[in-house]
Amino acid sequence: MPGQAAELVFDEATKQYEGRDEAAVDHLSLTVRAGEICVLVGPSGGGKTTALRLVNRLIPLTSGDIRIDGTSILDQDVVRLRRGIGYVIQQVGLFPHMTVEANIGTVPRLYGRPRAWIRTRSAELLELVGLDSSYAKRYPAQLSGGERQRVGLARALAGNPPLMLMDEPFGAIDPIVRARLQDAFLALQKEVRKTVVFVTHDIDEAIKVGDRIAIFRRGGRLAQYDTPQAILERPADEFVAEFVGADRALKALALHTLAELDLGAPAGGPPCPRTSTVRDALALMLQMDAQKLAVTDERGVVVGSVTREQLLS
Amino acid sequence: MTLAGGPVIPNFGSGSSCEVTNGWFCTDWVRQHWSDTLQPALVQHIELTVIAVAAGLAIAFALALAGFRYRLLDPPIGFVSDFLYTIPSLALFQILLPVTGISVLTVEIALVSYTLLILYRNMIEGLRAVPAEIVDVARGSGFTRIQTFTRVELPLALPTILAGLRIATVSTVSIATVASFVVAKGLGAPIFTALEQDVFKTEIFAAGGMVVALALVADGLLVLLQRALTPWTRSGRPA
Repeated sequence: MPGQAAELVFDEATKQYEGRDEAAVDHLSLTVRAGEICVLVGPSGGGKTTALRLVNRLIPLTSGDIRIDGTSILDQDVVRLRRGIGYVIQQVGLFPHMTVEANIGTVPRLYGRPRAWIRTRSAELLELVGLDSSYAKRYPAQLSGGERQRVGLARALAGNPPLMLMDEPFGAIDPIVRARLQDAFLALQKEVRKTVVFVTHDIDEAIKVGDRIAIFRRGGRLAQYDTPQAILERPADEFVAEFVGADRALKALALHTLAELDLGAPAGGPPCPRTSTVRDALALMLQMDAQKLAVTDERGVVVGSVTREQLLS
Repeated sequence: MTLAGGPVIPNFGSGSSCEVTNGWFCTDWVRQHWSDTLQPALVQHIELTVIAVAAGLAIAFALALAGFRYRLLDPPIGFVSDFLYTIPSLALFQILLPVTGISVLTVEIALVSYTLLILYRNMIEGLRAVPAEIVDVARGSGFTRIQTFTRVELPLALPTILAGLRIATVSTVSIATVASFVVAKGLGAPIFTALEQDVFKTEIFAAGGMVVALALVADGLLVLLQRALTPWTRSGRPA
């Protein structure tokens, strides 16, 4: 089975549907480095999902090329190519007639892995995505939306693919569970270090999840491809500036956590964990009408303090 | 034309008083003629039904494969099976007699053609109802076209297909009674005999009741099969 993480290169990749003036994806060139999360974001009709589906050839390229670790997707058997790429879509994607274990075992089964191996692997993956092993024998109808999505993630990881494609994976989930899933996904990614292409229409999700963000404009053209920080601080043009929102300065605050700041000596004030983002800390400060926050560690012990001026600088 | 002291129906039973007066239901007669009349008729009836449903299932499946894969074929196949379904069974026998003669084949052709509409329609509907996202995930995960069909589309269509199978089986059990217009086989045969012989009530009720019972038992067995084959349909959310 495939190994660690792969580099993904879009090389002038183009999808043009017949009878339409505008291309769905127009000469897209970008490189996703091995082990990075690349978020494709943009308005609907921007071609982000099309770009994703070009990679596993669910949509055939019109021209240009896409290479995974230097090998063109066109030079590989399509079934083999897909088995080597994890694929996650919105929560409806689990096979309703299969148990959680069978769902997770989908790709290993295609590889002809023995039953016992699949059982062990699926137990490992359930643990990895934060679900109890008692879930193995349940059917998708017996799970909540968030649980289903975790299983979907486990299934995509089961073949240990070097590349994962995720199409609005947390799109149909309520905001609280979505935030929890995003955190779980980022924690998981720290462990497995896959190359991930992640489609969303939510710029906040893109900023939170992406190592790099590719912003698409209508007609499937790439408007900007850069780190979240660079996009927020130096939008390439009017369109990008408008898309990321007038509050981009505020959004940029969400890129840093308190732990990254030079904290003052421990002091009084409302407690705030040091894993919080600067943005959340500022929101807490405004809400509590405080000038200072007491910064706490994982166990709740106060380890320092931070002032409004510090957060805003 | 009742003969005093003798049975209503010549050669039937020893002539208990119930039979002599053509009572509503003579258990004696049923007991005496279970092995020479009713039981063989039941076995033949089951044979007629099983063969018709099995053949119908095979033909409908082949047609559904074609109609599902090539959408253009669906309307004509649907029309033909609709058309066959609307021909009255007695008329269909008359049409077939010059071709296939007085034979079980004639009966089976008629019975099979009545199953096609229900089986074909349910197969097509079941396959079409599989959510596009599920098929997308299967393809995207590296299922071949055949694997997508056998491991995802077909199992997910199974509840609908089995629902069709239940209707087709029950209606075939019922329609097979008419088979005795052509050949003296199945539970229709004793009913016709009884009708010809001064409407011997016991025999009509016994055979008719067996048709009903057979239909219910067949339906019950198919429900069990449905449960065994589609366990996921019963799994609601845990409390």
